[in-house]
Amino acid sequence: MKVLVAVKRVVDYNVKVRPKSDMTDVDLANVKMSINPFCEIAVEEAVRLKEKGIATEIIAISVGPQQCQEQLRTALALGADRAILVSSDETLEPLAIAKCLKAVCETESPDIILLGKQAIDGDNNQTGQMLGALTGYGQATFASELSIDGGNAMIIREVDGGLQTLTLSLPAIVTADLRLNEPRYASLPNIMKAKKKQLDTTTPADLGVDVAPRVTLMGVELPAERSAGIKVEDIAQLVDKLKNEAKVIS
Amino acid sequence: MSTLVIAEHDNDSMNIATLNSVAAAQAMGGDIDILVVGTACQAAAAQAAQVPGIGKVIVADNGAYAHSLAENVAPMIAEVAAGYGHVMATATTTAKNIIPRVAALLDVQAISDVSGVVSEDTFKRPIYAGNLIATVKSSDAIKVLTIRGTAFDGAPAEGGSATIEAVASAHDSGKSTFVGEEVAVSDRPELTAADIVISGGRGMGNGENFDMLYSLADKLGAAVGASRAAVDAGFVPNDMQVGQTGKIVAPDLYVAVGISGAIQHLAGMKDSKVIVAINKDEEAPIFSVADYGLVADLFVALPELDAAL
Repeated sequence: MKVLVAVKRVVDYNVKVRPKSDMTDVDLANVKMSINPFCEIAVEEAVRLKEKGIATEIIAISVGPQQCQEQLRTALALGADRAILVSSDETLEPLAIAKCLKAVCETESPDIILLGKQAIDGDNNQTGQMLGALTGYGQATFASELSIDGGNAMIIREVDGGLQTLTLSLPAIVTADLRLNEPRYASLPNIMKAKKKQLDTTTPADLGVDVAPRVTLMGVELPAERSAGIKVEDIAQLVDKLKNEAKVIS
Repeated sequence: MSTLVIAEHDNDSMNIATLNSVAAAQAMGGDIDILVVGTACQAAAAQAAQVPGIGKVIVADNGAYAHSLAENVAPMIAEVAAGYGHVMATATTTAKNIIPRVAALLDVQAISDVSGVVSEDTFKRPIYAGNLIATVKSSDAIKVLTIRGTAFDGAPAEGGSATIEAVASAHDSGKSTFVGEEVAVSDRPELTAADIVISGGRGMGNGENFDMLYSLADKLGAAVGASRAAVDAGFVPNDMQVGQTGKIVAPDLYVAVGISGAIQHLAGMKDSKVIVAINKDEEAPIFSVADYGLVADLFVALPELDAAL
């Protein structure tokens, strides 16, 4: 069984992002970039499928600038067999990325496509679902458990009310939530080996995909800042403040 | 210019989260219709028809739409949406699952988690876990949006009498099958709709200690939430998680107990009106957003608070 796993290059989750001084966009100059945490969980799940003898080949894919090679090498060090970079310096929206992934699905014919449920930069939470629409495959978003049985995948999903269980006929799309697994760290020997693994580069144009943006970023602003209030001495003072000052309890 | 609001419902009743999208549609102006896609969902449709200011309620009632499977529901929504300028749904997990699929079927770039309407094509939305607010302008013919519920006060639920119209189309992909669900049953209010939310973090130590929060919540009529750390540690189930990737809440009063205040947690609650933090670590980041902070051992403070109420 062939697994395609998508990874996105994003600002490292520990970085506190700031706007550019002209407030046109976020300032990404000299900021540490990493593999999106949810994508890392998707890669880990692919590697576990291979370790269980279910997956035979893992292809990592990223759609973005040349520097995404770093994140693809990380995926290769974690256990992917080869990688594909769809290289573009455009600002890529989820729809454009989903179209590129669909084009690669047509040539690679994966049985399962794993993605993170959202990227921590744009917080869009769209690419997997859009790929589902474009390919016509079934989708299971926000997965916290995945098992494969013959031609079907069984997925437990984290939904507002609790947990939902679905089965999907393969090929299918699964997007990873936080509790699907805990990703491993790449070992030094594996990082060295990853440098020699196959990494092919293509472009949206080669794939016949128009990536022209549909949405224009007009600017960014900082959210209304919340300032720290006061420290209360004890529970009696807290209850008094909540009743008589904030008037939120009676 | 008209807007199609997608109802969130369980067939028997409409989820009030739908009313936040109605409010967002009203903020933009123009005619508003509501689409109810479900199985034996006439009761939910009848509720939708009572929302004041709605032109009509469109009902797609078919066995294929049980459990809101995205593969079946998305083409139904896309079919109806073709006649509208905007499609909106409140950003619940159901909508987040379905709406991007609808957008791609329409060849539209969806806009997630809209927190402000600037004009009919320009919207505000949080990015980077709410650390920045982006203003974005869509050039697509149909604007497909999910709405951040806490950013729009719910429109009134009753007083209207819209006509109800049925559409017959059935879309059954056969690609996915509903197996079952584990839904938490609670007498307490729903997290995203509660006026008061009390949340516990890793400092709670274990799941049993959450009983102290449940007791407080029952006295205050509050919902109980949790930080990611408490959910990851297995203290409480995932549906209680408040934060960037869990539920977004903005109650009148949010009480954070034993929560350090990671940025991902703050993203889910910092729009609350009044925030109280109880933590023994004076340096915990949660105090930087709290209106009232109490530096104390929660195992001493909670019983005292319980007794004082």
